[in-house]
Amino acid sequence: MSSLFRASLLATAVAGIALAGCNREEHHSRAKPIGETVPAGESPDTIFPGSSSAPALDPRAALYDNNANAIAQGQQLYLQMNCVGCHSHGGGGMGPPLMDDEWRYGGRIDQIATTIAEGRPNGMPSWRGKLTEDQIWDLAAYVRSLSGLPSKDAVSSRAESMSAGTPQSLTPHGEIKNSDSAQQ
Amino acid sequence: MTWRTISIAPILPLLVGACSYQHYQSDFGNGAVEDTQFLTLFWIFIAVCAVMYLLVIGFLFASIARRGRAEANVVEVGRHHWSHPLMRSTLMGWGALIGVGLTGLAIASFFTDRSMAKAATGEKLSVTLTGNQWWWDIVYNSADASKTVRTANELHLPVGMPTRIILHSSDVIHSFWVPSLAGKQDLIPGRENDITIVPRKIGIYRGQCAEYCGAQHAHMALVVVVDSYPDFLKWWQHQLQPAPMPTNPMAMAGYKYVTSGPCGACHHIGGTPASGLVAPDLTHLASRKSLAAGTLPMSEGNLYGWVEDAQSLKPGVKMPTLAMEPKQLHAVVAYLETLK
Amino acid sequence: MTDVRADSFDAMPAEERERIRVEEENRRLAQERKKIARDGPKLRGAKLEARLEATWRRPPGIIGWLATVDHKEIGRRYIITALLFLALGGVLALAMRLQLARPDSALIGAERYNQIFTMHGSTMMFLFAVPVMEGVGVYIIPLMLGTRSTAFPRLNAFSYFMYLFGGLLLWVAFVLNIGPDVGWFAYTPLSGPQFSPGKRADIWAQMITFTEVSALAAAVVLVCTILKARAPGMTLARMPLFAWAMLVQAVMIIFAMPAIALCSSMLISDRLIGTNFYNAAEHGDALLWQHLFWFFGHPEVYIIFIPATGFVSMITETFCRRPVFAHAVVVLALISTGILAFGLWVHHMFATGLPRVGYSFYTAASMSVSIPTGLQIFCWLATMWDGRPRFQVPMLYVVGFIITFVIGGLTGVMVAAVPLDLQLHDTYFVVAHFHYVLIGGAVFPLLGVLTYWYPKITGRMMSETLGKITFWLTFIGFHMTFFPMHWSGLLGMPRRVYTYPAGLGLEVPNLISSIGAFVLATAVLLFVLNGLFSLYRGAIATPNPWGASTLEWATSSPPPVYNFAHIPVVESDTPLWDVEGELPVVTGLRVDEKETLLTTVVAATPDVREPIPAASLWPFISAIAVGIVFIASIFSPWALAVGVIPCAIALTAWFWPKELKRHPEPVIS
Repeated sequence: MSSLFRASLLATAVAGIALAGCNREEHHSRAKPIGETVPAGESPDTIFPGSSSAPALDPRAALYDNNANAIAQGQQLYLQMNCVGCHSHGGGGMGPPLMDDEWRYGGRIDQIATTIAEGRPNGMPSWRGKLTEDQIWDLAAYVRSLSGLPSKDAVSSRAESMSAGTPQSLTPHGEIKNSDSAQQ
Repeated sequence: MTWRTISIAPILPLLVGACSYQHYQSDFGNGAVEDTQFLTLFWIFIAVCAVMYLLVIGFLFASIARRGRAEANVVEVGRHHWSHPLMRSTLMGWGALIGVGLTGLAIASFFTDRSMAKAATGEKLSVTLTGNQWWWDIVYNSADASKTVRTANELHLPVGMPTRIILHSSDVIHSFWVPSLAGKQDLIPGRENDITIVPRKIGIYRGQCAEYCGAQHAHMALVVVVDSYPDFLKWWQHQLQPAPMPTNPMAMAGYKYVTSGPCGACHHIGGTPASGLVAPDLTHLASRKSLAAGTLPMSEGNLYGWVEDAQSLKPGVKMPTLAMEPKQLHAVVAYLETLK
Repeated sequence: MTDVRADSFDAMPAEERERIRVEEENRRLAQERKKIARDGPKLRGAKLEARLEATWRRPPGIIGWLATVDHKEIGRRYIITALLFLALGGVLALAMRLQLARPDSALIGAERYNQIFTMHGSTMMFLFAVPVMEGVGVYIIPLMLGTRSTAFPRLNAFSYFMYLFGGLLLWVAFVLNIGPDVGWFAYTPLSGPQFSPGKRADIWAQMITFTEVSALAAAVVLVCTILKARAPGMTLARMPLFAWAMLVQAVMIIFAMPAIALCSSMLISDRLIGTNFYNAAEHGDALLWQHLFWFFGHPEVYIIFIPATGFVSMITETFCRRPVFAHAVVVLALISTGILAFGLWVHHMFATGLPRVGYSFYTAASMSVSIPTGLQIFCWLATMWDGRPRFQVPMLYVVGFIITFVIGGLTGVMVAAVPLDLQLHDTYFVVAHFHYVLIGGAVFPLLGVLTYWYPKITGRMMSETLGKITFWLTFIGFHMTFFPMHWSGLLGMPRRVYTYPAGLGLEVPNLISSIGAFVLATAVLLFVLNGLFSLYRGAIATPNPWGASTLEWATSSPPPVYNFAHIPVVESDTPLWDVEGELPVVTGLRVDEKETLLTTVVAATPDVREPIPAASLWPFISAIAVGIVFIASIFSPWALAVGVIPCAIALTAWFWPKELKRHPEPVIS
């Protein structure tokens, strides 16, 4: 093995680790408050006015989706804000399950954040003004992890509490199937 | 609220900033029976260990000093396998001396332990302290449920009485440590530990979390106020009062924001709709001596800073940056200042 | 027996045929054996050395460099790599001291600082302290025991590569800002899946796996070398004290390392696949981590300290011109320290609320472990008293060691008492204590012994003047840095804080510590510069420049690749001092194949002639395969299942039986 070959192999490996690690481990300083870049009342689900293509993904998605710190914060907020009361640990109850692949109002992170901020018909309360934008996006990142949507190395396998189902790092990778909001 | 506590509050930042510290947070504070016993044992150990050290150093320097002598049991004269028989007896004597010294120290340690345990009996007061990342949740237990007090980051203790502090953790391992009063005890999730303290001197002390608990471990402090028993009861009575409804319009606007906005989702303010339990209790916030678990002294300016942008002052803390508009901020701080 | 006619051969009974076959075979082998060249009266001097050199030399170039099984080359690599990690860990310490020099400093933020102290502790403990001891041992022990190679030389090579890859994993992660930030002992639940998101803690835990496999491999190599490969006549009673120290240390590694391998693997399992070992809500226990970690962690510090006592013994003997007083007592002290060290671990957990009655046992045990060490110190001082000490640089470090380490040992006795520990635990007092025992007790002897064995390793002498300046700077810098920490701990400064408030009296001790840290850093820099310049400018070293007594000084400086032209025979514990002229030797080892002599365990009578493997790339390739499996298993449990295959291939190729190419030896039946 020539030293050039070895050096390039090492460089590739390093680049691989770097790319893999870039967003996952970033701890976005929340000292700069995130302003409202998304107007309220964004399209709720898969029906879009005008053209048939979905609106572009909110630029904040890159900061929160697949970010391990955001998912961990979201996990804590999920418990503290009593999402468990309606959604249990993803299995649902009064509220629909969050760990399946059916999304009434869209499974993209910006759509979930809108759901949390605006509330939805049939009982999802609105949290705008009760939680900051940053907290809402953290929750959205966590909710996505309940159905296996983010990459596996960003999710935490379990909480330090009673077991609530399959460890998240072993949840099969999910899909997003848009379902009818009339379904119960 | 006594004049005493009101007068100390503004002085504390000055004192803390002054060069001549007064053992607020030091093993030499001697503020409680436990620390006094620690100090006694400490000086016994220092004395014995100093004697042992001087013996070693004496032997070392004597060996160095006599290196120039003519007679030596070295290879150059072929006597490198020989030693004076006295040396072996000295070795055994040395071993015996170490053994005796250590046994004495172990016995002293054992007796100190016993007397600490004896001093800790007959507790008059029980407090449950729950460690969180990075603040202390304090509940004063009482047989009568209407008399329990919940506060945060500031512990009041009556002098001369054993107080049993029950230690829980809601997340990671923390450690409760007020050096001027007593040794530390860990707060371990899934376990209940306890520590009993018998304060001896009225005063204000500072403690800090002593087990690495994450990003802001360095800023997880608590203030301990040791009062006379009547003053302590007065403080307890005051803590039982709910927050008064504000009278001036600015504070009223703040009240409206606090109870309907993000604050109430996490914080509890007695007598208001704000009933979150996952963040420090704010009912008597303005009567405390520090903010953000000992990070900042309590002052109007610090309240502004903390409420507006907690993340700049204590990066990583669970309190989000709120970025309110100036009018809202003034109103909120005006309201918070009424929470004495 | 001449030829037998074919027909009469077949007519004979079976036993007769067999007997003739064996006789013919033995005759043929006897002819073959006459052709084997062996060292001895007929082959000696320059001709012998040339042939040995040709046999033992490794292939040139990069392939040979990766494939070497020469313990001297591997030992040098260990030492250089460990000193590099010492420098990196030291730079981190300087960063920490800069941040702590003033109260409420904003120089380094909380997140970065937490990563820095984690890396400082992990680097120093796992990537410097143990590997450097292994490295010095791997280099010197075969020379000191009078043999040509360690046992299992390919395992030795493998252990170095595992260590290197583990260190690279940790440091590349740190540089890319995905390094761990949970402290060097990573308590759960902070290091668990909920409170340490991402892969930082997994990288730390897997670095542990690398270094622990490396240390176990090196320990096995050392134990087998010390027990079986000694020179004839070197009974256990005559074995040098450094060899005893390495033997005790290696056995301790074998017993201690599995505990941390287990607990770090359980942590990875919790984080990767959601097991509940440390989850109290599912009947796991956060304290389980502490017990398992400290069951390893306490012996670990003795694993670091005991070889250093070996260094001190060797230097004291040479520079006081007499063997260490009460050799048997020192040996027994080493063994009893090694055993007692396993019974102390709960003294790290005095604040966790375990039953107080149990704590008393650990107080007594922790205090009693200082008795054997105290006896050792007496023996060294008695050697100085009885001998004629020469205070050249290595001996200066021994004096510095005694002055410093004893302070650390005494503060250790203090924190062994529970009421004292409850105040002092997790404060800067403990930081002062362990730096006194680790730097005073291990780094001072290390610097002394690197100066002492530098001529043997490189063939040149280090500068004595620069060495003395370095020693004084090290001594002053060390005490200036760490003595004030006793004070700041007593004044209430906890550990692992990225800043502290003004007004608690902590400003002055912290400032003095920070200035001292730079003095200490200058000293270390001077030591390294001395080492580098002396490579080119140092005085050429004779085989025995210090006039020492042990066997490593009986060969040239640096030693030839085969160590000794003839294996020496030993008749006392100070062979070079007790023999006039040439050492007696054994002869008869092959010169055309790599071969060494193994002796019996206690009495060291010659036992078997053992072939030594040739240079091989398979240890390196196996380390790559195992390394890829370990790193990939940070991200997916499937890596273990899939990775078994390349590892199995590499290990099979490594262990594939090899035959001697020329002139096979007859089997002894």
